[in-house]
Amino acid sequence: MYVAVKGGEAAIANAHRLLADRRRGDRSLPAISIDQIVAQLGLAVDRVMAEASLYDRALAALAVRQARGDMIEAIFILRAYRTTLPRFGSSVPVDTAVMQIERRVSATYKDLPGGQLLGPTFDYTHRLLDPSLLSDEEIDGPLEKEPLSEPLIRVLDILAGEGLIEEDGDLPQDHIPGDLTREPLEFPLERDLRLQALARGDEGFLLSLAYSTQRGYARTHPFVGEVRIGEVEVELDLPELGFAVSLGRIQVTECQMVNQFKGSAKSPPQFTRGYGLVFGQSERKAMAMSLVDRALRAEEFGEDIVAPAQDEEFVISHSDNVQATGFVEHLKLPHYVDFQAELDLVRRMRAEYDKKQAAPELREAAE
Amino acid sequence: METNTQELNSVQNARKRMISLLAKATRQELETELLTLDATPSHDVVRGPETGLVMVRGKIGGGGAPFNLGEATVSRATIQLASGEVGHGQVLGTDGRKALLAALFDALGQEERHASSVAAFVDRVEARISNEDRKRAEQTAATRVDFFTMVRGDD
Repeated sequence: MYVAVKGGEAAIANAHRLLADRRRGDRSLPAISIDQIVAQLGLAVDRVMAEASLYDRALAALAVRQARGDMIEAIFILRAYRTTLPRFGSSVPVDTAVMQIERRVSATYKDLPGGQLLGPTFDYTHRLLDPSLLSDEEIDGPLEKEPLSEPLIRVLDILAGEGLIEEDGDLPQDHIPGDLTREPLEFPLERDLRLQALARGDEGFLLSLAYSTQRGYARTHPFVGEVRIGEVEVELDLPELGFAVSLGRIQVTECQMVNQFKGSAKSPPQFTRGYGLVFGQSERKAMAMSLVDRALRAEEFGEDIVAPAQDEEFVISHSDNVQATGFVEHLKLPHYVDFQAELDLVRRMRAEYDKKQAAPELREAAE
Repeated sequence: METNTQELNSVQNARKRMISLLAKATRQELETELLTLDATPSHDVVRGPETGLVMVRGKIGGGGAPFNLGEATVSRATIQLASGEVGHGQVLGTDGRKALLAALFDALGQEERHASSVAAFVDRVEARISNEDRKRAEQTAATRVDFFTMVRGDD
C-alpha cells in the first residue's frame, strides 16, 4: 500500500544551489559574459532563437548560460519567457529579396548576377582541430573588396523568367496566416502553418528527416537553388500613424530548394520547390527545412505517401523539441502511484500463474 | 498590411524614415544626442515603455503568401511634449529606455525648434549604418568566387 506524501523541498532547494555552483564552475576562471556568448558562440545563440521561436540575441545568450550550454534546456527557458510577454502585432512580411547579404551561394548556376559569395562559412575548412585556438592569438581582420554593382537577384527568378519553375506559393487572398501559438493544430495543415512549425522545429529531427528523403524515403531530387544569409528589416504597421515603420533588422537564413518536375495535362512540366527560412545564421536548418517542406507537399503533387518525411501529422507532431523533451523527460518524475498499481497487477498475475503451475502437482498428490 | 503598399505623402515618408532610423540608432547614440539638448524637454509619457512581442512574418517561397516565422522582442513607448507633439518609439529588443528616447526624438523631430537638429542626428545615424553596411558588403565581396577555366590539353 502506498500513501501519498509530500516532501523534498529541502532537497530540491539544495539541488538547485548545487546546480548554480556547478554552472559557475571553477571560481578561479572568469565568468563568461552574455556579450561573450553572443559574440563568440553566436551560432549556438542563433539555434536557441530559432527553435525557441523568439528573436533576441541577449536573452538567448542568457538562456544558453543559464542552461550550462544545454541547447534544448535553453530553448525551453526562452520559450517559457516569451509566454510572459504581450503581443503587439504582426510584422509586415520580411522581404528577403532586398536582404543585406553576408553569404549567398547557388548550386544550380555558376555564373549568376552578383556571384557566389561564400561569406563566413565552415565549408571547405578541413575540419581539423585548430591548436591556435587553444590560446588567444591575434586574429587577422577580414579582407575587403569592391562589391559588384549588379544586384543580387533571387536565383529562382532566373528559372521563373523561363516559366520552368512553380511560383512562390500562394494561398487565397483572404487567408489569415495560421498561428500555432494561438490555435491548436488541426491536421491537415496549410503550408503556412507547416512552415511556422518547421521554422521552430528541432534541427536534428529535421536534418534526419531531410537526410532520409535523400536516401530514398520520399526522394525529391533536390538542388540548392540558393542559400542566402543576411539582415532584413522588420516593419510594423503603426495604426496611430497609418503606415509601417522599421523596428530594426534581424538576421535570417533562407534556402530555396529546387526539386524535380511535376506537370499534368493542364500544366507543363516544371520544377517544384521547397522553402526554408530560419532566424539567425543556420544553413543546415534552412536546408533541412526546405527538404522537409517539399516532402510534406506530397499530397499537393499527387505523390504516393510512403515515407515518414511525407507524413505531415508524424513530422509536425514530433518536430518540436520542447514538447518532445517535456514528454520524454517527465518519465523521470515521481510515478510512484502508477507504478505501485502496475506492481500490484503483475504480482496478482504472477500469483495466478504460479497457482496454475502448481495445480497439476496438487492433483497428483491427491491421487 | 494595406498601409504598407499605399502611397505615402512626403511628410509621412519623412516621418517613416526618421522613426525607422531612430529604431536603428544605438542606445549610446540616443543618450549622447540627448546630452546635446539644453535640457530634456518636458514631456508626458503616454504609453510604456513596455516590452512585448511582434510576430515576424515571412513569405512562402520568399514572395508568396505570408506565414508566421517566429516572434521578436520589441520595446515601445509613446510620449507627448508639453508643446503637444506626440512621438512613438518602437525598437527591437528589451531596452525600454531606448524606446523612450526614440519616442522623444520622434516628437522633437516634429517640433519646429528641434526639427533641424533631429534631422541632422538621424542623417548621422543613417551615415553610420550605411558605412557599416558598406564595410560588411566589402568583406563579403572579398569572399566572391572567381571561376577560371582549366586549360584543356586536347586541342
